[in-house]
Amino acid sequence: MNKKSTYWSTNLKYLGILLSIWFTVSFLFGIVFAETLNQFQILGFPLGFWFAHQGAIYTFVLLIFVYVYLMNRLDKKHDVDEL
Amino acid sequence: MTAQTWTYILVGTTFLVYIIIAILARAGSTKEFYVAGGGVNPIANGMATAADWMSAASFLSMAGMIAFMGFSGGQYLMGWTGGYVLLALMLAPYLRKFGKFTVPDFIGERYYSKNARLVALLCALFISFTYVVGQMKGVGVAFARFLNVPFDVGVLIGIGIVFFYAVLGGMKGITYTQVAQFCVLIFAFTVPAIFISLQMTGNPIPQLGFGSRGPDGVFLLEKLNQLSVDLGFSAYTSINQSNTINMFFITAALMFGTAGLPHVIVRFFTVPKVRDARVSAGWALLFIAILYTTAPAVAVFARTNLINTVSEAPYADVPGWFTNWEKTGLLQFTDKNADGRIQYVADAATNELIVDRDIIVLANPEIANLPPWVIGLVVAGGLAAALSTAAGLLLVISTSISHDLLKNYLRPSITEKGELYAARVSIAVAVVAAGLAGLNPPGFVAEVVALAFGLAASSFFPAIILGIFDKRMNREGAIAGMIIGILFTAFYILYFKPQLGGPGTPDQYWWGISPEGIGTLGMVINFITAWGVSRFTPAPPSAVQELTESIRMPRGSALPSGDLH
Repeated sequence: MNKKSTYWSTNLKYLGILLSIWFTVSFLFGIVFAETLNQFQILGFPLGFWFAHQGAIYTFVLLIFVYVYLMNRLDKKHDVDEL
Repeated sequence: MTAQTWTYILVGTTFLVYIIIAILARAGSTKEFYVAGGGVNPIANGMATAADWMSAASFLSMAGMIAFMGFSGGQYLMGWTGGYVLLALMLAPYLRKFGKFTVPDFIGERYYSKNARLVALLCALFISFTYVVGQMKGVGVAFARFLNVPFDVGVLIGIGIVFFYAVLGGMKGITYTQVAQFCVLIFAFTVPAIFISLQMTGNPIPQLGFGSRGPDGVFLLEKLNQLSVDLGFSAYTSINQSNTINMFFITAALMFGTAGLPHVIVRFFTVPKVRDARVSAGWALLFIAILYTTAPAVAVFARTNLINTVSEAPYADVPGWFTNWEKTGLLQFTDKNADGRIQYVADAATNELIVDRDIIVLANPEIANLPPWVIGLVVAGGLAAALSTAAGLLLVISTSISHDLLKNYLRPSITEKGELYAARVSIAVAVVAAGLAGLNPPGFVAEVVALAFGLAASSFFPAIILGIFDKRMNREGAIAGMIIGILFTAFYILYFKPQLGGPGTPDQYWWGISPEGIGTLGMVINFITAWGVSRFTPAPPSAVQELTESIRMPRGSALPSGDLH
């Protein structure tokens, strides 16, 4: 039982970290602070615009694969992976 | 060969492929019909999900909308991709572990209530049906414009094709057809973009190309900003400060709505294991991202090309595509100052050119002078996008009727064979009904489609999330939350949509939030209501609390034995 709750709380910790990144790249970098970031340039793009039209999407894809990796490892460690 | 001939050849060939796949992947059982037997490879499921997800609107309209909105267009790009992060992290693995066929299945079992199942069922039907009608209409429009058949005949051909493979193959047929459709649509979208990127910047990767310098050494985006400002539009990459709250809410509504749409969620019931559900969402988003990161590049290329081609150009010298699109009425020129030249400016009083944003993707290859086969390819891609989405939605409708309504509500004694038969009949009826509605769409349908996201965000998303993450959440809380969330959202939309007869005007929006974004607030209200009501009503029975425990663990059976309907 205790083992189960460690598994679950670790999962929730991963969720918290990854979803904060999800929120930061889209809602903060791509919307709220976009004007400020637009003063900087990356690959020829104003940075805020780049996050809203490109960067946020790349980060989303990455976040999912990172979560997959972390959870597969966690499943094995706690011996709850499907056989 | 002309573009017309190429279009016939490419559309004909792709349709033949879809039909052959459908015959090879017939469904023999309800499990195959509803969830493709639960044995789909995660990468294949990722492609199928991507095709299911990217509709005629993503393929044909989105780049055009962005071209005319500039920076704010990012709300669609982030909104229609960010939901997959939520799906992969918070929904898909747990719903896969739960291991039934539909979203109402989950709501009904987790909240131990036939009424909850019924509420969920009605929401699913409403959302899916409004959505599918738009797709059938898209099929009709594409046929009418490029194959010179009347709009009605176009819709009928669309009905025929979907009818054939959806009724025969169910989810199994649909899944493998969608894999093929994904390949067609992504090829059709990226090929013209690569050509145009090479032409304009010398960089073959559109995602990098629209940040590069043009032949004159100026950054493309700087040039577009300058052109826009000169004509009185706001700079393409600059932010409209007064719109920030609204953009925030619309982006969130689209994200949470995506994660609550039944036809997307059900795709994750088709993979063999929990870990497959997680990685499958990753593949799906990767495949979707190919189109979604290309679209903003297409938007910039098209907008720059358009301004360069038409601005101050003598009307007598306009290229052929201009006259062709004028005939359809989607491009309109009125020579207000009678100087024989086209003035394309922001000021409505002196602007002489009206461009429908839907033509951008279709006209783009012509504007950039690409070879005729590219135009045929784009049409085939648009049809693939519309058909694949329509099929996925129709399956949700038929499953809702045969499985949720008939098997689990009205006649639990029905046999497996009877249920499969009922599923086929109801998908057949749904195809025909959607086609007929697409032939003659009631004025409000198009308006409602965009709002399906707000309704999904304010009803399903909180109910599912709380069902997984809050063990204490009970029947009373979930039902109260869903009803109040969706009623609030629907009421706000009805009040502020003049197309639906609402009396509200934009200056009365709460905090400037337009109806497209209000689903976010509806969702928050749903969460608060559900939480509040559940703490003052009895805890769920212990069997349900055990169910919640078990869906959090990948291993083992989710359901107490003997409960498999």
